Amino acid sequence: MPLTGTAEGPVWRRRTSGRQWAIWSAWLAGTALFVACWQVISASTTWFFVTDSPRVIADIGSRMVPPAWGYLGKLWEPMWDTINIATLGTLLAIVMAVPVAFLAARNTTPSALVVRPIALLIIVSSRSINSLIWALLLVSIMGPGVLAGIIAIALRSIGFIAKLLYEAIEEIDRSQVEAVTAAGAGRGQVMAYGIVPQIMPAFAGIAVFRWDINIRESTVLGLVGAGGIGLQLQSSLNILAWPQVTVILLLIVATVLVSEWVSATVRHKII
Amino acid sequence: MAAASPIPALRPWTGRPIIADRRLRWTLGIAFALYLAAAIGTIEADWVRIWEGLDRGWAFVAAFSNPDFVTRWRDISEGLLESLTMTVVSTAIGIAISIPIALGAARNLAPLPVYYLCRGIITISRSFQEIIVAILFVAMFGFGPFAGVLTLSFATIGFLAKLLAEDIEDIDRSQAEAVRATGGSWMQWLNYGIQPQVMPRLIGLSLYRLDINFRESAVVGIVGAGGIGATLNTAFDRYEFDTAAAILIIIIAIVMIAEYASGIIRARVQ
Repeated sequence: MPLTGTAEGPVWRRRTSGRQWAIWSAWLAGTALFVACWQVISASTTWFFVTDSPRVIADIGSRMVPPAWGYLGKLWEPMWDTINIATLGTLLAIVMAVPVAFLAARNTTPSALVVRPIALLIIVSSRSINSLIWALLLVSIMGPGVLAGIIAIALRSIGFIAKLLYEAIEEIDRSQVEAVTAAGAGRGQVMAYGIVPQIMPAFAGIAVFRWDINIRESTVLGLVGAGGIGLQLQSSLNILAWPQVTVILLLIVATVLVSEWVSATVRHKII
Repeated sequence: MAAASPIPALRPWTGRPIIADRRLRWTLGIAFALYLAAAIGTIEADWVRIWEGLDRGWAFVAAFSNPDFVTRWRDISEGLLESLTMTVVSTAIGIAISIPIALGAARNLAPLPVYYLCRGIITISRSFQEIIVAILFVAMFGFGPFAGVLTLSFATIGFLAKLLAEDIEDIDRSQAEAVRATGGSWMQWLNYGIQPQVMPRLIGLSLYRLDINFRESAVVGIVGAGGIGATLNTAFDRYEFDTAAAILIIIIAIVMIAEYASGIIRARVQ
């Protein structure tokens, strides 16, 4: 126990001197890094716009109300597209992610030396690149439209679904697999009766969770031309139609809250 | 052996379906199939355009085997430096704001009005996509990394404060009570009774958020909020797939290094 000797006797301290010094120097290094980074940011910021911002915020705020409710009628079709992008993208991702997850899990991979690293690389590449970047790429390859959005969402979701699913596969109860194997089941039957029933609840939870995230992400894909309500947001912003922007933002928040409620309910029922 | 009564044909065991109620299962299934048909029906795909684009798609895949780091290295390195500094600054600011909000959003620490206020802040932060926040902040504070820093800090609050508050709600009460019983003040109670219990989780979450903020910083540039996203956007607009591939490879490599490093640090603190 770290103690300091004083004239009145030993006094308890939380840390030893060495540890205290290490913590202080870590704080010093962290602060220095923060200040250095802040200077880079500060150098490339036009401070006039920042000091002017209260006026701009008040201005935009006054333009945003009242919302142009009449615009809502034009938003149902893009919203339908947005929900389709999220749903179909999630389904497409599931189709591709399930095999990747089985190849990546230590206990089901056919080859831990060759196949598993490839599967893990697919997962990390898909996870590191945001769906908006995938959308940029796909729009430049196949032109603007809903299809680019669906594929962008799918490519981004593969990594997420496969990662969580392979972790679930690695955590299964071995004894059930052994029991099915002992009954003389083939490889496919072990998969169908020993592994799949164990990961099914986790899988359904992951899929719904990702769908919920995808609803949020698909609302902005239109900004780069990949369909959905983001297109309307972009065009309203371009013509500075702030009352329309308000309506779009409110609709997006409402949709996100509904999808979150759906996903929470479904996951609650499953688990 | 007497003529055995015929064994009734056994239905193979199929396991328990995930939705137990049969009617509900079928209704949901049919509804979903109808939705799917409707959804696929409304996709408009310009197949000619896609066919023409396949060349470019192939060019992009090929570019990964031959990424071009050199031609636009100045743009790439500037964008990257901006992304990395934005990540550090916004994560630090985000953590600094999240901690008091997390304390307020923990039901076992905060009085009810404070609790609702802090939960409200978390909900607002969580329901807006980073990109939408970035657009608004760019409109308010002008183009550049400052808007990006604000965006990422704002997004960090919703994530970190929510998860930290949940961790604070799960602490072992007896340790906190022991500190209180020895006559510790409120600050001492926080510092010795609660902070040591949530510290490993706080460090883990902060590292995770650092990783997320880097990934997001690569995106907010698309709407003008600074970082490597702007460089990437330009590369795609000019069909310079070799430069785009180089940027993507750098992003993936940094994310992998960050994930590996945070794994090591988390294993040490937990």
